[in-house]
Amino acid sequence: MEFFRIKHDIPFMRYALIFNVISVITFLIAVASLAVKGLNYGVDFTGGTVMEVSYAQAPDLNKIRDEIGKLGFTDAAVQSFGTSRDVLVRLPVKQGLSSAQLSEQVMTELRKDGVSVEMRRVEFVGPQVGKELIENGALALLFVSLGIVAYLALRFEWKFGVAAIIANLHDVVIILGFFSIFQWEFSLTVLAAVLAILGYSVNESVVVFDRIRENFRKMRKASVTTIIDNAITRTMSRTIITHGCTQLMVTSMLFFGGETLHYFALALTIGILFGIYSSVLVASPIVMWLRVSREDLVKPEKKADVGAAI
Amino acid sequence: MNRYPLWRYLLIGGALVLSLLYTLPNLFGEVPAVQISALKVTAKIDATVMDTVEKTLKANAIEPNGIFTDVGSIKVRLKDTDTQLKAKDVLDQALNPDRENPRFILALNLISDSPQWLSSLGALPMYLGLDLRGGIHFLLQVDLPSALIKRLDGQVGYIRNALREKKTPYSGIAREGQSIVVKFRDAATRDKALREIEGTTPDLQLKTVEEGGEFRLVGTLTLRAQKEIEQSAIEQNITTLRNRVNELGVAEPIIQQQGAERIVVQLPGVQDTARAKDILGRTATLEIRMVEAHAGSPEARDYDPQKIEAAVKGTIPFGTELFYERHGNVVEPLLLSKQVLITGERLTKAAPTFDQRDQRPVVAIELDGQGARIMRDITRDAVKRRMAVLLIEKGKPEVITAPTIQDQLGGNFQITGSKTPREASDLALLLRAGALAAPMDIIEERTVGPSLGAENIRIGFHSTWIGFTAITVFMIAYYLMFGMISIVALAINVLFLLALLSMLQATLTLPGMAGIALTVGMAIDANVLINERIREELRNGNTPQAAIHAGYERAWGTIIDSNITTLIAGVMLFLLGSGPVKGFAVVLCLGILTSIFSAVMVSRSIVNLYYGSRRRLDRVSIGQVWKEGAEKSEVSRKR
Repeated sequence: MEFFRIKHDIPFMRYALIFNVISVITFLIAVASLAVKGLNYGVDFTGGTVMEVSYAQAPDLNKIRDEIGKLGFTDAAVQSFGTSRDVLVRLPVKQGLSSAQLSEQVMTELRKDGVSVEMRRVEFVGPQVGKELIENGALALLFVSLGIVAYLALRFEWKFGVAAIIANLHDVVIILGFFSIFQWEFSLTVLAAVLAILGYSVNESVVVFDRIRENFRKMRKASVTTIIDNAITRTMSRTIITHGCTQLMVTSMLFFGGETLHYFALALTIGILFGIYSSVLVASPIVMWLRVSREDLVKPEKKADVGAAI
Repeated sequence: MNRYPLWRYLLIGGALVLSLLYTLPNLFGEVPAVQISALKVTAKIDATVMDTVEKTLKANAIEPNGIFTDVGSIKVRLKDTDTQLKAKDVLDQALNPDRENPRFILALNLISDSPQWLSSLGALPMYLGLDLRGGIHFLLQVDLPSALIKRLDGQVGYIRNALREKKTPYSGIAREGQSIVVKFRDAATRDKALREIEGTTPDLQLKTVEEGGEFRLVGTLTLRAQKEIEQSAIEQNITTLRNRVNELGVAEPIIQQQGAERIVVQLPGVQDTARAKDILGRTATLEIRMVEAHAGSPEARDYDPQKIEAAVKGTIPFGTELFYERHGNVVEPLLLSKQVLITGERLTKAAPTFDQRDQRPVVAIELDGQGARIMRDITRDAVKRRMAVLLIEKGKPEVITAPTIQDQLGGNFQITGSKTPREASDLALLLRAGALAAPMDIIEERTVGPSLGAENIRIGFHSTWIGFTAITVFMIAYYLMFGMISIVALAINVLFLLALLSMLQATLTLPGMAGIALTVGMAIDANVLINERIREELRNGNTPQAAIHAGYERAWGTIIDSNITTLIAGVMLFLLGSGPVKGFAVVLCLGILTSIFSAVMVSRSIVNLYYGSRRRLDRVSIGQVWKEGAEKSEVSRKR
């Protein structure tokens, strides 16, 4: 089997402007949604209590809402979770009531009518912890970005570092944009997925950059555009196959990984799909516009010392 | 050119054997066990305990599958849960003959069923996080400022006393925020006071301030004292929590400090979450009461053996209660007044130390201002009487000590009578156990029911397996023999990863399992890079051997670059992440390292073994290599 039978280099760079305009538009949509709607932060970040309970028979959600309302929680969210028998209850932070008491109170109330309810999971996060988690998340994002730029600058050249990080932060913003537009829950594991994607999709840019460097050495006469086009074309089959394989794994998690891993896998999926696009079709044009040249990558041979003699 | 020296094969073979060995314990599953650990500081897990365990099991015809000792505990492996329960009961009776005062904790546990020779090699199954095995996780925030304030309040009482004793007049003394302010009418008195208390209050930094015609002496806690108070507050709270957790009989509790002011409590496998929360949240109380009658030492007042004898038989005088004090094996009945004089909140310090005159081990006690005043009042007329300290936990009072008052006491005094420094430190610990040094708040709680834990393991395993199978099918269909080799390398990568996780005993969480799946998906990248490169070399007309060689050589730099960027992300996640995310980061980082090794070294060695030795190699099985203009040419068809 051979999927890619490409006869000539595809002139990607001729359409660079179009790709960048598409990127800018999607980016702006994502930013706009983040600014207007914001993210639907999970309990990890906002603080509060989440309880997952499992009933023997599918329960009436409205009845559960009433019962929890009786305890004084008017703004509790009750929804089914995965199956119709599993119910997720979200309670906001309540002053002066410890989490331990709270979850026990709710359980007692739910069990009151002799219904068989099993407590599957309780998560309580205090507001101060949530704040710290957001801060640490932002910090991690910053450090990962700086680390990647520094590494690429060292290994290639600063223009590549800048191009790669712009392309990949663009991915991150788009993932966040999806989570904002659809108001999917943004939890700690989703954040982990976003950071993993940041590291992972830089791979893509690295592979293309590697080829560009190699081409600068081999294709002495070719123009920068030709070199980049050739590099992208040559690595395309590898890019698609690799991402396809990773996506196979992620898809398996998306469908079989249960509710906990669902959004994690979803974030990875968006990241992988946009990662292919951005690291190839966003990063490379940026490198081009930053006026990368042969001298940036191929060290000129040292000229012999002249003038040492008197 | 595609041959490896022997040492490379040996290295890879060695790594494989080692990994198999360390992954092995994960396959054996778990068996029920009873875990015995010491509850009291005085109880020790030693050969005699081991002997008792063996004899008791033998006497009851219980055949253990093995008895192990590790740091501070004995584990008895049993064949099923019925035997486990029975063994726990008989061992409990044998080891804790005194029901009121147990010395050992017996907990039901699940331990690995792997053979002893594996465990003795240090090969243990992976350490599962709470989300996989079920249990409770608490993060508690210790209110350290209030511990500082408590100590300052104690110092206020002390200074007031010192000045009164020296008859130095002052116009006011109080704590204002984080400092103690003593006001005087003139500078001379203030300086005199400063000379008097200076040197006796090592925790305070004293300053003289003139303000609005008032002469003030301002004392603040020194930085060293603050650190010391904070650290001892955390330690004391940890001790208290540990005592309470011990009561729950949890097999492997984790109670440790996190950061400057937080404590993590993890109770794996706890089913009864309500009871656990109840016990952890409970506050023990300490009470000091007067002894109304005793039969202990004739030289102390209220020595009345008849009254005690009558009380033991059931005639308890009005206004008193009968308690027993335990000294090892000696039990002494005491009649105590019902009136509580001082409670544990007044206690600001209880530390083991040595008497300055005769170097005997003693416990130094410090009370706060109000406590000191009460103590002075009651001890004025109570010299040679006895005073009892009661610790009330789970509603069960216990006399921990009942010393004879030797002199009028104030805010600082000491309890003598300890025979060894160890005894003194135990007593100090018990006194402090009465109260938390500083209040604590639960700021994070994660409880996972056992059924969800088991389901999470199943889900994680299941999805990894499906993904792996899908990748296998694709790789073999697309790259034929090279695909097969890549998959073998990938499987070995998973083996390495599992072995490393077992070896390091890193906590495996559900996101960690997702990490394993993700690294599998990402690790294949290196093999795709290599295989594509080899095809390209073939396309350019190279001979198969040269193509293989060049493919591996050229792909190497790219593989390193692309993995290092992911590694950067993984390390940052590890440093800044918490809980389950940290578990993900650990797996991600380890997975990248093992995948570089397996994708490059392992797959290369298989290729070398398979193709490298052939002198004439016309074609390699890497799937169809399409060449421009030669639509039908198939360089690669398996022979």
